[in-house]
Amino acid sequence: MKAKSASFPYLVWMAVFIIVPTALVVIFAFTDRSGKFTLMNLEEVGQYSNVFLRSIWLGAIATAVCLILGYPLAYLIAKTRARQQNVLILLVMLPMWMNFLLRTYAWMTLLEDSGLINRALEGLGLPAMHMINTQGAVVLGMVYNYIPYMILPLYSILTKIDGSVIEAAEDLGANARTVFFRVTMPMSMPGIISGVTMVFVPAVSTFIISKMLGGGGNLLVGDLIDMQFLGSAYNPNLGSAISLVLMVLILICMGIMNQFDENGAMEGGVMV
Amino acid sequence: MRKKWFSIILAAAIVASFPAGPATAASVPSTGVTINVYNWGEYISPGADGSMNVNEEFTKRTGIKVNYTTYEDNESMYSKLVSGGASYDVIFPSDYMIAKMIQEKLVQKLDFSNIPNYKYIDQSYRNEVYDPKNEYSVPYTWGVVGIFYNKKYVKEKVDDWKILWDPKYAGKILMFDNPRDAFGIAQKILGFSYNSTKTEEWTQSAKLLEQQKPLVQAYVMDQIFDKMSSGEAWLAPYYAGDAATLVSQDPNIGFAIPTREGTNFFVDAMCIPKNAQHKKEAEEYINFLCEPDIAAANMDYVGYSSPETAAKKLLPKETQENPIIYPPQSVLKNSETYTNLPDDTSLMIDTLWAQVKMGGPGKTATLAAVLAGFLLLYICIVVFKKIKKKRELQ
Amino acid sequence: MKALSRVYLFLIFLFLYAPIAVLIVFSFNASTTMSRSVWSGFSFRWYSILFQDQMLLDALRNTMLIAATAAIVSTVLGTAAAIGIFGMKKWTKRVVMNVTNLPMVNPDIVTGVSLMLLFTFAARILGGSLGMFSLVLAHITFCLPYVILSILPKLGQMNPNLFEAAQDLGCNPLSAFFRVVLPEIFPGIVTGMIMAFTLSIDDFVISYFTSGTTQTLPIFIYSMTRKRVSPEINALSTLLFGTIIVLLLLINLRNSKDKKPSRAPQMEV
Repeated sequence: MKAKSASFPYLVWMAVFIIVPTALVVIFAFTDRSGKFTLMNLEEVGQYSNVFLRSIWLGAIATAVCLILGYPLAYLIAKTRARQQNVLILLVMLPMWMNFLLRTYAWMTLLEDSGLINRALEGLGLPAMHMINTQGAVVLGMVYNYIPYMILPLYSILTKIDGSVIEAAEDLGANARTVFFRVTMPMSMPGIISGVTMVFVPAVSTFIISKMLGGGGNLLVGDLIDMQFLGSAYNPNLGSAISLVLMVLILICMGIMNQFDENGAMEGGVMV
Repeated sequence: MRKKWFSIILAAAIVASFPAGPATAASVPSTGVTINVYNWGEYISPGADGSMNVNEEFTKRTGIKVNYTTYEDNESMYSKLVSGGASYDVIFPSDYMIAKMIQEKLVQKLDFSNIPNYKYIDQSYRNEVYDPKNEYSVPYTWGVVGIFYNKKYVKEKVDDWKILWDPKYAGKILMFDNPRDAFGIAQKILGFSYNSTKTEEWTQSAKLLEQQKPLVQAYVMDQIFDKMSSGEAWLAPYYAGDAATLVSQDPNIGFAIPTREGTNFFVDAMCIPKNAQHKKEAEEYINFLCEPDIAAANMDYVGYSSPETAAKKLLPKETQENPIIYPPQSVLKNSETYTNLPDDTSLMIDTLWAQVKMGGPGKTATLAAVLAGFLLLYICIVVFKKIKKKRELQ
Repeated sequence: MKALSRVYLFLIFLFLYAPIAVLIVFSFNASTTMSRSVWSGFSFRWYSILFQDQMLLDALRNTMLIAATAAIVSTVLGTAAAIGIFGMKKWTKRVVMNVTNLPMVNPDIVTGVSLMLLFTFAARILGGSLGMFSLVLAHITFCLPYVILSILPKLGQMNPNLFEAAQDLGCNPLSAFFRVVLPEIFPGIVTGMIMAFTLSIDDFVISYFTSGTTQTLPIFIYSMTRKRVSPEINALSTLLFGTIIVLLLLINLRNSKDKKPSRAPQMEV
């Protein structure tokens, strides 16, 4: 097909709207306000290492929780009859049609000290729990918002596993446990990888969830970037430096995840 | 992320149901001009509960549409203007921010012949330090900062800022989510000026704020309305003007101004940014807001203090005599106004503020180690796989 | 075991739907001054306030306009791009695909920030300011990779000789494209376009950084959550959610009437 020229407008678009902006971030990260070259911004990023560590830590916990909660669900759904499967998957996806800000906002109502959960506990005569404005609440927000990204790839890979393979394993004398750990789980590895990446990347870089559920005291990388560009500390150079470090971090993490993907199905990108 | 075609139908249905939104009853034909107004949240009468809808009233009278958006603090307004590339026609910065924006040539001189209602502004609010020749700004409101507290839980007398550091109220204290106001409280406890340029004083204040952090429930701005009235939080420093909403709607909520240590006196004024696209209409809007009956109706809802005696006189008697909204000289005497600080001081404040919120500065080495660790892991895996492959081939 | 999995399903769905139920219930709450979690009587007032909110209706209109424009432009550009990329040599293809993947791999916030830098830079040089136009450009940019990635596999499935055969039979390349290639890859195009549309409607982070003075629905919702609480926000979410449910029901009803196999969304992740 001699249609290479068809992609010309796109290549121009890509250059202007992907390459130039990325280059701008790099340029800003290495210059000071007057436009002179400096390494000061990157040095300053180091002061915020706590924030990076917290983001990675909370993102990792959220990803792990998503996997632990999502795997059984995906597994159960994949086991049901085809018609039921569609309904259940629809039910998993339905909350995603609602704007994530609204969903996160709803959790505020539930988690507050005077919120619905505590009211219910009080009604049952149980002691109140402090939940909002903690790191736990931030993790909960992440899990809630991103768990469908874990369930969907897991589900689609689990339905593709050939039933005869499992039967074969059973015929060869494997019990249910062995079948799961030796057959099902290894075969669903690509789904796990893509789910983990799809949850971890947005969780690490989120900036609204921590603002709404973390009370502003649990600063995450996303909040830090927002602060430098549109927030209370105007400093786009520092903001760019933080973005650059975040970008590098994510790219390395993706590289690691891709190494686990034996089939190379992801080809360097996340398929959503 | 596959929401598929349901959403497309949903979208079509919604678009079809309101093609252009219901037409507003405009008595003056539309001029086709829309001005972009950027104001603090909860800072204009919105037309709920029988109050006047100020923006709609303006459109009705002039035919100029208002695209009204809000910000949370001076600093984010500044950022949005400078780095967000947005072009606003009217903004409402506070004193020190006005000075900063004049200095950086971000606002333009007003044509006062288009703002005849400026005559209603009291002499005492003219020629303030931030705009000494009164060329750039028209005062909108003024006020002081104080502490809101829930009388049910805070039984003691609230009269100093230190109560916000009382471990008894741990987890029930709210704090300003902007650097100047938050640092200001620490500075007054330590007896410093708000406008200090001494690094030492700022770091000491930051230390004090870091000590307070474990007790703080959340760093918020306008969310204090909800958190205070639901009893979620018991103590919160905020602007006196909001007492009109909080204190008058809930008898359990009290308001006190720590006069002994001193408080912040602020003026928020209307300005027109340099890159405004509709200067004349913007001036018309400013003029409109200065009209005494409009200003009165507006302030009646907003609750802040008006710089116009003519407007104040139109307010209900109890508002005029309310010592929170129109505090007596004894309160104002010990108050200080923020002034614009030199660039290096502001940069330092930003860094200190971020450190307060994240709990102290971290070490560069930690971050470098994390990055290096990940990279190493990556390399190890790649090498390991290569070796494994080789072995399999052999 | 069966009971256990039932309980598990129930708990997970409780977790997924509890917040939504809360939003819906409290949209009918009469209270104004009390907190959002105290019930004080049934009322429809937030719905009537919502429909009088000109700002909200404007935001809704902006969202739809941007989504439609972004979907159409990114589909056209993306289709052409996919065909071009498909014909590229292996090495060039790899480079182009890696750059294409960048907006998907990058955290949204970094994409948003980088585009904001570009737009403010351009605005400083060319004049003008951020708004509708920059929003549309940003949305097209982050939609494009999804469009391209949904079309490329369809091109791969196509018989490569078809295009040449059509030309041998007397079609010029353009009509060969429209009559042979396009019908083959059409399902991919439609999927890509719908994805672009929904991504655009739902986007908050990138819009937040590139919107200038323009408000879209997610930005409007964000500013609502930063202010004094108003159950208006609950009413809005209830309406949005209700619309979705109704549409789902309608589609399911139609499907069962047609006796067609259920066409519930398939995830090809």
